[in-house]
Amino acid sequence: MTVFALTPTPATGLQVYAWLLIALPLGVAALLLVGGKRTDSWGHFLATLAPIASFGLALAYFIDLLAVTPDQRAIVVPVYTWIASSAWQISVSLLLDPLSMVFVLLVTGVGSLIHLYSLGYMAHDPNRRRFFAYLNLFVAAMLILVLADNYLVLFVGWEGVGLASFLLISFWQERPSAAAAGKKAFIVNRVGDLGLIIAIFTMLAMFGSSSFSSVNAGADQLTSFWAGLLGFLLLLGACGKSAQVPLQTWLLDAMEGPTPVSALIHAATMVTAGVYLVVRSGAIYAQAPAAQLAVAIVGTVTLLVGAWIGCAKDDIKKVLAGSTMSQIGYMMLAAGIGPAGYAFAIFHLLTHGFFKANMFLGAGSVMHATGDDVDMRHYGALRRALPITFVTFAAGYLAIIGFPFFSGFYSKDHIIEAAFEHQPALGLLALIGAGVTAFYMTRLMALTFFGQSRWRPGVHPHESPATMWIPLVLLALGSFGGGMVLNGWIGRWLAPIGALAPENASWAPHFTPIGWATLAVVAAGVALGWLLFGRRPVPDQAPTAVSPLTRWGRRDLYVDSLYDAALVRPGLGLAQAVALVDQRAVDGAVEGSAHLTQSVGRQLGRLQNGYVRSYGLTMLIGLLAVGVALILGQLV
Amino acid sequence: MTDLYLVLAVILFSVGLVGFLIRRNALIIFMSIELMLNASNLVLVSMSHVHGVLDGQVAAFFVMVVAAAEVVIGLSIIVTIFRARRSTSVDNEILLKG
Repeated sequence: MTVFALTPTPATGLQVYAWLLIALPLGVAALLLVGGKRTDSWGHFLATLAPIASFGLALAYFIDLLAVTPDQRAIVVPVYTWIASSAWQISVSLLLDPLSMVFVLLVTGVGSLIHLYSLGYMAHDPNRRRFFAYLNLFVAAMLILVLADNYLVLFVGWEGVGLASFLLISFWQERPSAAAAGKKAFIVNRVGDLGLIIAIFTMLAMFGSSSFSSVNAGADQLTSFWAGLLGFLLLLGACGKSAQVPLQTWLLDAMEGPTPVSALIHAATMVTAGVYLVVRSGAIYAQAPAAQLAVAIVGTVTLLVGAWIGCAKDDIKKVLAGSTMSQIGYMMLAAGIGPAGYAFAIFHLLTHGFFKANMFLGAGSVMHATGDDVDMRHYGALRRALPITFVTFAAGYLAIIGFPFFSGFYSKDHIIEAAFEHQPALGLLALIGAGVTAFYMTRLMALTFFGQSRWRPGVHPHESPATMWIPLVLLALGSFGGGMVLNGWIGRWLAPIGALAPENASWAPHFTPIGWATLAVVAAGVALGWLLFGRRPVPDQAPTAVSPLTRWGRRDLYVDSLYDAALVRPGLGLAQAVALVDQRAVDGAVEGSAHLTQSVGRQLGRLQNGYVRSYGLTMLIGLLAVGVALILGQLV
Repeated sequence: MTDLYLVLAVILFSVGLVGFLIRRNALIIFMSIELMLNASNLVLVSMSHVHGVLDGQVAAFFVMVVAAAEVVIGLSIIVTIFRARRSTSVDNEILLKG
């Protein structure tokens, strides 16, 4: 019987100040938003310091946890009682345990680097202060999400992340496309949130509490129906936040935001939340094999769909977005394998955090150099103009395709192997996904950094300032060494929350037949990508005579068109019909009764003509009527 | 005997009523109203005589007092209107319209 959570011990000493982890970025966000123009000159520096300070604190707590034995590595920090009724006691408490700790370190660590990068990237934006305030809000919301010790507080962070992503994706709100993308992200996320919130209601009804400890303790008493229902509802929530099929459509449009935002959403916050949710709910999935299989299938489908889309796009950010979908798909696949995969899901999440932040920021650096052009057909031969960006991007590239000794090599191989052991069909698809990943990332590298320069007239690429390349170098180091450092450690570290530790893992690659097969497939993908895009001249316009595969990929597999036809258009029609009913029927009734009263009044008013003698006549008629009535009364 | 009084009262009342309805001059209308009041007084008094009780006569006194008070107020209104408009015609619709 796997134990999915430790019994937390109350915080002692300085641990009670763990809420500062969240309060620092949240407070700075509030200060910058409330302070207004007064904080314009120094606000962005303060906003960069906040996540760095949180990272320092997180390191201190991390060392705190390292110092105690594994079975004591869970500390609960009560902050205050939120809801106290006779039926439910819901407190806002923070849980520091191995799982939340790695997330806090990732969010604050990569988040800090992205803040640092933004100092350079957003230096000339008129709304820089607002941008940094939202970034801090994003980090704070994500920290609430991962530090909560119950699902209800987690939901607060969950929604905070949704809000911050909405604000940041539509940051350049004067562009209609950015405003629409922000709205789309928000609305698609709502669909997933519905699943999560119903799951929380169900937990409250079943367990009388939404805290992780009582859900974990009560999960094995659940009937298979309720466990399965909870599993599927949580999966729906995870699909929305992590952009998994069928709720993946918002992620590609989210590229409308400034590039550091894309890095933050894809690497450190937001899309990782779904994986966190599934791993955190391990006790429920252990009782719901069907839901667990669904998680693995959703992950596999998404990893292929994301890779497919990545192959067809010419927009460098959209290729990276497709690759994020694909890599998160790997994580979901690992999470769907169960306890044997949890450590790998989190491992891949961490290495992905490094190399994806690295590549997004690198893409931002390329765009910075080429005047905000995102079309890879306008790049070419940038390796000489942007040497630092090229070298750091190459580190990310080698990490994502799984080149030996780079971080992605360890984490992805683990997932593919575990998938083969669990379900060979899923493993085979994951293996194919690795080959496609190698293909489209090679295409991206070849189009961007190699070949002939196809720069637009007037573009003179230049290396980015130090605030931008220093984070790139640090992230490149993480992309290179993260896997080696973490490979032997992560399994043991996560063992207390139910992850089965891999045996004899160390920095030295441990080649299995599947590992060799993966390498061969990756090599084939790289070779094909290089032959197709590195050796031949690249047409300036995207060719139109392409295979249906490419056409489908360019249109995001027509999922947007499908949703547009199946949901958006009927929704709009319904709204218009309701508006019409409101205008004609409801407004008609209100205005009609007003008109009726008015016209009756006008007719009656005509009687009051001001002629004394007509009043006299009326009085006479009235008098006669009264007289007649009286006489008739006497007669009856 | 009493019938003659009643017939006289009906004639007086009718004259007053017709005058009230067809004349334009406010003073004449006023006089017509007085005529109707006096016709009703005549009925009250004659009925009082028939029944042999004084109630009707008392009521007639009340009517006279009210009529006197009414004359005071009504005449002063008419005089004021005449001063303002140089006319006492009641067919001026603005008189009774807000």
